[in-house]
Amino acid sequence: MTRMLERALYIAALALAVLCVTSLAQYAMAATPIPQAPHDALHAMGPQAGHIVDLWRVMLWTCSLVFGAILAALLFAILRAPRADATAAPDLSAVDRAEPRVRRSVASAAVASALLLFALALASVFTDRALARLSLAGAVNIEVTAHQWWWSARYLDGGHADTFVTANEIHIPVGRPVNLQLKADDVIHSLWVPSLAGKKDLIPGRSASMQFRADTPGPYRGQCAEFCGFQHALMGLLVVADPPAQYEAWVQAQRTPPAPPTGAKAIRGQQLFQSTSCAMCHAIGGTIASAQHAPDLTHLASRSTLAAGTLANTPAQLAAWIADPQKHKPGVNMPSTPISRDDLDALVAYLETLK
Amino acid sequence: MKRIVLACLLVLLASGCEREARRFTTPANNETAAESAQRLGTLQPAVPLAGGVRQAKANVSPYEENAFSVNQGKRLYRWYNCNGCHGNGGGGIGPALMDSQWKYGSDPASIFATITQGRPQGMPSFGGHIPDDQVWQIVAYVRSMSGQLRKDVAPSRGDSLYPGNPENARPKETPQPDKSQPSRPPGAPS
Repeated sequence: MTRMLERALYIAALALAVLCVTSLAQYAMAATPIPQAPHDALHAMGPQAGHIVDLWRVMLWTCSLVFGAILAALLFAILRAPRADATAAPDLSAVDRAEPRVRRSVASAAVASALLLFALALASVFTDRALARLSLAGAVNIEVTAHQWWWSARYLDGGHADTFVTANEIHIPVGRPVNLQLKADDVIHSLWVPSLAGKKDLIPGRSASMQFRADTPGPYRGQCAEFCGFQHALMGLLVVADPPAQYEAWVQAQRTPPAPPTGAKAIRGQQLFQSTSCAMCHAIGGTIASAQHAPDLTHLASRSTLAAGTLANTPAQLAAWIADPQKHKPGVNMPSTPISRDDLDALVAYLETLK
Repeated sequence: MKRIVLACLLVLLASGCEREARRFTTPANNETAAESAQRLGTLQPAVPLAGGVRQAKANVSPYEENAFSVNQGKRLYRWYNCNGCHGNGGGGIGPALMDSQWKYGSDPASIFATITQGRPQGMPSFGGHIPDDQVWQIVAYVRSMSGQLRKDVAPSRGDSLYPGNPENARPKETPQPDKSQPSRPPGAPS
């Protein structure tokens, strides 16, 4: 009776744990401001992710079949084993008996395992080769640098005057390969956009590269995949695949500095930005603010999230973020700055003009 | 008896935790509310601010026991380009910070005033441009450069190429006024 009770309790605890984990995962998905952006390695949206998901399927099915075969063999062995009473003397006659059938089954299982493992290794090698074979003709070159806890991206194509910097949101053209050069500013990070490509580590002092192509327009969520400090979980990246014409328009807009503010409130906001602590870390193209320690804000208002996918980019969220970044992302390098309500409104009004 | 010893050990351990505490909220600032001190440096970063700067209320840095904050100070020292003039503490355009010579005082309040007010001959006035609690973190780091902080709080090996000893392996210098220079500018706190 007690044993049954124990078993029931054990099953209940297990069910509770599964429920907790799934609801936590759902909560985490709902907490990101861009839930509609796919973040799913099993639904490939480009050739690179496609190769990886193919390999995953080969591995999953092979291993499932082998697992099923082993369970079936185990079940067969249990069922056919002779039942003996605990008091009966053990039957030791089998010790000296030759068992050619058993030896044959073990040998063939070992050979089958070796062959299957070799096949999986081959599949892995061919996937690697396929990943490396993506044609880079007409590729878009972007240098992505990981920081604690945000991403900066420098678009390298064209002459020096054509390069531009953005942060936490990169746009790419559909159907054209993208060549990312990966760097890290402080600690080891890892870039993972599961719907488009595999992971790649970003290591300080080294540069890595990563190539992929998106075949369907739309936003894709990326994430730092290597624990990098307090806010590793809130280090998101949005990759937006645009149709070619729309992408060119976006690039042109990014290359153009934003128009100077016109309203009195926005002008006051700009003065505040440039004279107080904002300009010590942030840059805004076309103004004297040119520090490189924090996300480039040149076209902040055109992005869909704030603080690397932490908050939706609305005026209210922006004001809440500036007033107390540590509340939304504890440990982040942006300090809480004491600022009056009027000044905060002016600052937000200015930042909202940076389309 | 055993329990008392254990309790004492736990209290000792807990009191030692300040060294490792991560402060995510800005603690109470140690400076006057009024911007009463005048700016003494002619330079300011970015667009200059009008008006004065705040002074330290008490001659104590709130961060000198906290290794995390001292290291944040080290990061900010680089971010705000202190090393542009002072190098890694050995000086260059500005005076050295790792030696025993101090033109404007080596105590926390004096270094705070030097950073916020600025000093003649090139030290910009950072008051209002750098949040005050970050200035205190930089103050703590600057004092660690000449061995003024406890060895377990001062930063160890840094990320940049630097051939000398890290801050926590430097001998403690005995600060003395730099006699080759006029001692204190008018209006500086004593």
